[in-house]
Amino acid sequence: MSDPQISSKAAPVRFENVSKVFGKDVVAVDSIDLHVDAGKLVTLLGPSGCGKTTTLRMIAGLEMASSGRILIGDRDVTKLPATDRDVSMVFQSYALFPHMSVLENVKYGLTFSGFGKEEARERALKGLDLVGLKGFDKRLPSELSGGQQQRVAVARALVLEPQVLLFDEPLSNLDAKLRRQVREDIRAIQQDLGLTVVYVTHDQEEALAVSDEIVVMRNAAIAQIGTPRQLYDAPNDRFVADFIGEANLLECRIVSVDGETATIEIDGHDHRLSSRGLAPGAATLAVRPSRVVIGDGEGIAATVAKATYVGVRMEYTLTGTFGQVFAVQDDVDDPLEPGTDVKMSFAAKGPVLLPQ
Amino acid sequence: MTDLSNQRRPGADPGPLVDGAASDRVRGKPSAVLLFWVLAGWVGFCLLPWYMVEDGIWSFAWLFDGYPFDEDYAPGLFLIGQGEKLWLAPLLIPLSLPLFAFGRAKSDPLYAKLLILSGALGFGWLIAQGFSIGIRGFNYGWLEALFGDLKIRQFGMGYGAMICASAFLFLLTQGIAARGAINGDVFVVSAIGGVIAIVTAFVFYPIANMLFSAFVTEDGTYSLSVFAAKFLDDRLWGLGCLWGARCGAAWNSLFLAIAVGFLTTALGLCFALVVTRSGFRYKRAIRALTVLPIITPPFVIGLALILLFGLSGSITVFFAELFGIQPTRWLYGAPGVLIAQTLAFTPIAFLVLIGVVEGVSPSMEEASQTLRANRWQTFRTVSLPLMRPGLANAFLLGFIESMADFGNPLVLGGNFDVLSTEIFFAIVGAQYDQGRAAVLAMVLLFFTLSAFYAQRAWLGKKSYTTVTGKGDAGVHPLMPTGLAIPVLIVALGWALFTAVVYAMIIYGSVVELWGVNNTLTFKHYVTAFSIRFEEEGIRWTGAAWDSFWTTITIAAIAAPLTAAVGLVTAYLLTRQSFAGKNAFEFGTMLSFAIPGTVIGVSYILAFNVPPIEITGTGVILVISFIFRNMPVGVRAGIASMSQLDKSLDESSLTLGANSWQTFRRIVLPLLRPAILAALVYSFVRAMTAISAVIFLVSAKYDMATSYIIGRVENNDYGLAIAYSTTLIFVMLSAVGLLQFLVGRVQIGRRNMLAAKDTT
Repeated sequence: MSDPQISSKAAPVRFENVSKVFGKDVVAVDSIDLHVDAGKLVTLLGPSGCGKTTTLRMIAGLEMASSGRILIGDRDVTKLPATDRDVSMVFQSYALFPHMSVLENVKYGLTFSGFGKEEARERALKGLDLVGLKGFDKRLPSELSGGQQQRVAVARALVLEPQVLLFDEPLSNLDAKLRRQVREDIRAIQQDLGLTVVYVTHDQEEALAVSDEIVVMRNAAIAQIGTPRQLYDAPNDRFVADFIGEANLLECRIVSVDGETATIEIDGHDHRLSSRGLAPGAATLAVRPSRVVIGDGEGIAATVAKATYVGVRMEYTLTGTFGQVFAVQDDVDDPLEPGTDVKMSFAAKGPVLLPQ
Repeated sequence: MTDLSNQRRPGADPGPLVDGAASDRVRGKPSAVLLFWVLAGWVGFCLLPWYMVEDGIWSFAWLFDGYPFDEDYAPGLFLIGQGEKLWLAPLLIPLSLPLFAFGRAKSDPLYAKLLILSGALGFGWLIAQGFSIGIRGFNYGWLEALFGDLKIRQFGMGYGAMICASAFLFLLTQGIAARGAINGDVFVVSAIGGVIAIVTAFVFYPIANMLFSAFVTEDGTYSLSVFAAKFLDDRLWGLGCLWGARCGAAWNSLFLAIAVGFLTTALGLCFALVVTRSGFRYKRAIRALTVLPIITPPFVIGLALILLFGLSGSITVFFAELFGIQPTRWLYGAPGVLIAQTLAFTPIAFLVLIGVVEGVSPSMEEASQTLRANRWQTFRTVSLPLMRPGLANAFLLGFIESMADFGNPLVLGGNFDVLSTEIFFAIVGAQYDQGRAAVLAMVLLFFTLSAFYAQRAWLGKKSYTTVTGKGDAGVHPLMPTGLAIPVLIVALGWALFTAVVYAMIIYGSVVELWGVNNTLTFKHYVTAFSIRFEEEGIRWTGAAWDSFWTTITIAAIAAPLTAAVGLVTAYLLTRQSFAGKNAFEFGTMLSFAIPGTVIGVSYILAFNVPPIEITGTGVILVISFIFRNMPVGVRAGIASMSQLDKSLDESSLTLGANSWQTFRRIVLPLLRPAILAALVYSFVRAMTAISAVIFLVSAKYDMATSYIIGRVENNDYGLAIAYSTTLIFVMLSAVGLLQFLVGRVQIGRRNMLAAKDTT
């Protein structure tokens, strides 16, 4: 028997108009269309109750779609139960079987996939090797740390070489430091093996860090799909702007549109930026805190209401007729005192216009 | 189908071995199950004796006694071949149908249709012919009118018929699964079908049958007036006791049950408060009370009370001599039964209430205290209202137990008639009146089912106790002093009384003749359990051995079956969702609310005649235990299964195991403690049961409890008490062994889980 190598059978996932209704009228997922390319890591991101976990469980076959079609590869799996789908999943609680050793856990799925005893063992050991747990095979899950348990769960899912690998908030039980490392490990394995991964999280920083593409969900529907950069720099609406990173949302008025460029006005201050297809009239300006410029020349009159020193930067809350704005400044050596009157303006790049 | 199997794990390895095995999972496995049941059907029809073999299940004498041609032992096929029992011939059609399903893909609509047709036809025909043709030919007049007098008759179903019936049932479930029910899961659909079939056969059918027999007149026709006459009988509903005469059995039972419900709830609450909210030091000793009802045969308390308060009881004699009063028989009747039942069922209420009292979240009480309520105000306005649903629950439980209790009224009842004993006397007494027994059973069933329904429908949604498994770091406050003292006095007093009663049981077993000759002797034990060593080995010469070994054997056979049925049912209830699940749950838990006497009566009425003719056998005892004790197994299973995180099952499913493999490799191993508990409890309950058993025992299969009752009726108290004491110790050691084993298993697991939590 040749030395088994864990490789990838990555396949695309396609949702066509899929809905999930619990009971009579609780709509968990409302007719969504979604396409996940083979070999990509796609994150489902959203506040709790937005339907992201239900979407994931529908890919796994743990929930059956109420309507619509789900395809993995070019096979229609809509009615196929979890057992018969070529998908594996890493659970939030890891769901390691407490009565089996690490090796038995990893081998578990292989024994149902038609591998001989010896090859199942080889492959399981290979999988443990891949996640850096060589030599831990005889231990019980209870004898491992949380991070190690997490990696066993990943290995158990990986060795089946699934068409799609699913992660349900895999980092939520880990402490902050470990979280960063494990998410980098997951991303590295995914890229090395070219796996199709669908990943659920409610942590936007995690999503920005690992994803090829992010699907932002809200109220059972998809709010926006895009690369991390697209979502951060060009959110579609106020919800996405606020949910991905932090954004100040200011009421403004588009005075004129000249081709691609719009001129807006806030409190008598003019600013020019991309019009993004909006017509003159009321609109919303989204400004990241780091793109707020505080000076004393041109700009909107504002007062420093709060100033907080957080080590690497200063955080200010500015108030004025526009409402409240949260700003961060890298200059920590000459902090502004609360009560100081300042002029606020915006960086040339960064702020975006949103429909009202 | 083919493309499916090729696509499954397409990259696992293109090698022939893997590919073959992988496609086997998808295509071969279901047909292996199918093959098994088709074969079973044919074996049942062609090879095994179709009708019940008289000598008993384990006797294989028939193999050498004219099989396969003798009419009594012949398989179905041979019967038809000899021109006998021709009504079995149509079964060949449904037996052949599934043969056409081989080689067809599971997703082929014809596959499902063939199996459903075969299963439904076969099962339906088996039932129809079984009920239509009995020991006197046709059972129904209209059939006789249609086909003329049938000269031949048939007896109860045997191996062949039973296996054929199971085969048809599971062909049907496979067909239903193939049509896509429950994601096409054969294991789950079959388990549901199996549980429904056996519960219908052994709970609903006998009960329904009994209800009908309440309307039967002496010449065998149905009549409402017969029922009305029996129902409106003064012995049932008379209210004479309000003016000094006697009340009817229904009122007696009702008043008694309400009184017992209140008393046991109050005493149980006292005990629960002492254990959870007082500084009392010997809480562990009080907790030990909870074992008592499990290990005590129900009438033993009654016997001990006779030793204390009977005509020649110690306390009676003591006071009679002290005050020179004439001893009376006050114990025999309502007071005696009330005391005995309160003693017997208080521990049950305690067991329920300790969970309730502990379940009230300490943080609620702490919140109340920080809001400036003192301990008494906290108790009255927060703790007690939160316990209210639990109290109602304990009351209903005491009510049902009292209604169903048979042993104590039989021993202590005197002229105080209650429903459960009246049913017994209607069947075994000189008056032998099936109809009256059925009417009484209906009334009794009405009371217990109403209580059961109230408990589930009304209380089910009202529990305030929340066991989340998340650490609730608070501590329960102590009871206010004004409450603590009376509660402590009542609890300790009652505990002392219970201890005295149990001491009397042991003491009574070693006394020559109670109240007459108080010399100590082991004579009763010798009579019951003597053995002689002879050359051929040990001779069990004691009077009790026969019934003792029968009891152990029957209980040992029933226990694993009970546990299996219970756990499979619990798995379906906690882990699967399907249409009609609520009705399914209600049906399976129903037998808990059916008093043993009702089960006993309905079983003799239903199973004395074909198609299922098993009275007088050991089988009927085993079956009655399975369905009497099934709710225990179901509850144990539900309790521990709901503690297993569902993601364990789900991850097993996403790893490619099917639901049967998941059940066997994940759920069962993790449920070991629950399985052990279900095994031991159903064993112990089978040993202490009396109410259903007393109807079902026969000379060949006498059980310990009915033997003891027989001794009591002959006034042979010494032997009865010695035997009871022995039973108590046997069961105590069984429960002890369980605690030991389960304790170890649980500690093992808890360590593992705890280690997981800390990391």
